[in-house]
Amino acid sequence: MAKRPAPGPLEYLRRWPLQLWLAAVGIFLYAPLVALMVFSFNDSRRNIVWQGFTLKYYEKALNNASLIEAFVNSLTIAAVSTFLSLILGAMAALALWRFRFPGKAGFDGALALPIVAPEICLGVAMLVFFAKVLPWPQDLPWPLNLGAIIIAHVSFSFPFVAVVVRGRMASFNRELEEAARDLGASEWRTLKDVILPHMAPSLVAGAFLAFTLSLDDFVITFFTSGPDTVTFPVKVYSMVRFSVTPEVNAASTLLIVLTVVLTAIALKVQGDPASTAGGHAALDRPKDRP
Amino acid sequence: MEQHWKSAKALFGAVLVPPLFWLALFFLVPMGIVWLYSFGENRGLTEIALTGTFSNYLRALDPLYLKIFVKSVGIAGLTTLICLVVGFPVALAITFAPPKAKTWLLLAVMLPFWTNLLIRTYALIAVLRTEGYVNQSLGWLWNGLGSVVAGLGLGTLAPFQPLELLHNNFAVVLGLVYVHLPFMVLPLYSALDRMDTSLIEASLDLGAGHLRTLFTIVAPLALPGIASGVVITFIPALGSYLTPDLLGGPDSQMIANIIERQFKRANDWPFGAALSFLLMYMTFIAIALQAVLSRRRGERG
Repeated sequence: MAKRPAPGPLEYLRRWPLQLWLAAVGIFLYAPLVALMVFSFNDSRRNIVWQGFTLKYYEKALNNASLIEAFVNSLTIAAVSTFLSLILGAMAALALWRFRFPGKAGFDGALALPIVAPEICLGVAMLVFFAKVLPWPQDLPWPLNLGAIIIAHVSFSFPFVAVVVRGRMASFNRELEEAARDLGASEWRTLKDVILPHMAPSLVAGAFLAFTLSLDDFVITFFTSGPDTVTFPVKVYSMVRFSVTPEVNAASTLLIVLTVVLTAIALKVQGDPASTAGGHAALDRPKDRP
Repeated sequence: MEQHWKSAKALFGAVLVPPLFWLALFFLVPMGIVWLYSFGENRGLTEIALTGTFSNYLRALDPLYLKIFVKSVGIAGLTTLICLVVGFPVALAITFAPPKAKTWLLLAVMLPFWTNLLIRTYALIAVLRTEGYVNQSLGWLWNGLGSVVAGLGLGTLAPFQPLELLHNNFAVVLGLVYVHLPFMVLPLYSALDRMDTSLIEASLDLGAGHLRTLFTIVAPLALPGIASGVVITFIPALGSYLTPDLLGGPDSQMIANIIERQFKRANDWPFGAALSFLLMYMTFIAIALQAVLSRRRGERG
């Protein structure tokens, strides 16, 4: 009677049709990227047949002043917008997690809008806003001239941070907070010593998400950037429009390496990749399965 | 229990006001202006008069634009369908993988998702273009075949004609699938992972085959996950700008490309605003449909 549930039937990963499928999807997802990286070392302008190893396109990319400037712009924008998004996102999450207040459903819904709104709609809205309401001077000293792009990036990043932080706070044991209060801690002290430590992992995940969202964004930046505020994706876009060059391959490889390094760091801090997946997808799954 | 805001006014104000202010000023106001402009008319080069006209929306019904709307929905729908078919077995494999492999597989799905969209699109261009890697490989195979044929004394093959893989609708759908596959796999995985595996075991024990179990047990149970995966994939695919712009040809324009043209080149902001809000409404409809579907399921279950 006590038949042990055989693990065999459900080990789909060990069945060859599925293995074949996974391999095909893996090739589909990774072959173009790997080809791009390999051919960045190819000693041929036409960039199709392997002619020999060279680093000259890296040298070219690194000596391309406008490309470097765009890269630095992108990193600066990502860093500042991540910082602001973390603060605003954590605040929004705290307000929604902690309090009952009139208009709460409205705030919650409005906060979801930047997540679901198509990028192009947000892009044109920002274009109109910075053209008509808040003209951002183009001749400000760096990095203040990046202000418009930073504002736009924070607007679509911080709601994502709020979602991640709120998901984490759902697992907070409110009795801890009561205990802290009973022991005489003030409202602020409780926030700093009890709530924030619990929130910390989601802040790391949120920061990673906000940073990649900002670094990745093309469409919204395309509508807010001027001739002097070119970001890396916008620069690559204008290069790609002309031709496929090994220089773009080299620059792209550098950014891919940066992404992989950042991912590795985030995972190291975080532990579980599922929790950095972003949003609710991974946060609400059951703890353990036998 | 949630606290009433009046019991800690200072803290409440401190955490609510900054995000609320930011959201209102830097999101709702810009969106609101675009919405108002969609009822406006161009006066001169930069002036827009808010006349309350519906002519911009009526213009969107012009067959020229209507065709693009229909085509965009079709392309996004096809992309979503392909992502679902390709992604479902992947999600299934991840769900039942041993913990260590699961971590790596999840990472493998998510890594391209974190890689810059422009770089991924550029990588596809390099693969698909006339002198790209696919055509190169096919050319080598063809030439190899040619020399075999010639060696056997069977005559000569026609010279290799590179396939036109780029700048057409095929490239756009391929590019969209390439970009959006992780959007589908993650929600599917999340739903499958929550499933009670004893139901599958029971079905298999009672003699149903794997495919039958998949379609009669797993798919219905994973329906909420499928629904959210479909919406999460469909919405960004419908609004995509970069993929049709770089991979598509003259006839693969999607809604976003038309919106961009109104704002940048054609300089017809009111019409662009109307198109952009039509896209917003389509997004809302997709979300509402999903909400209704999942609620109906919840009531039944």
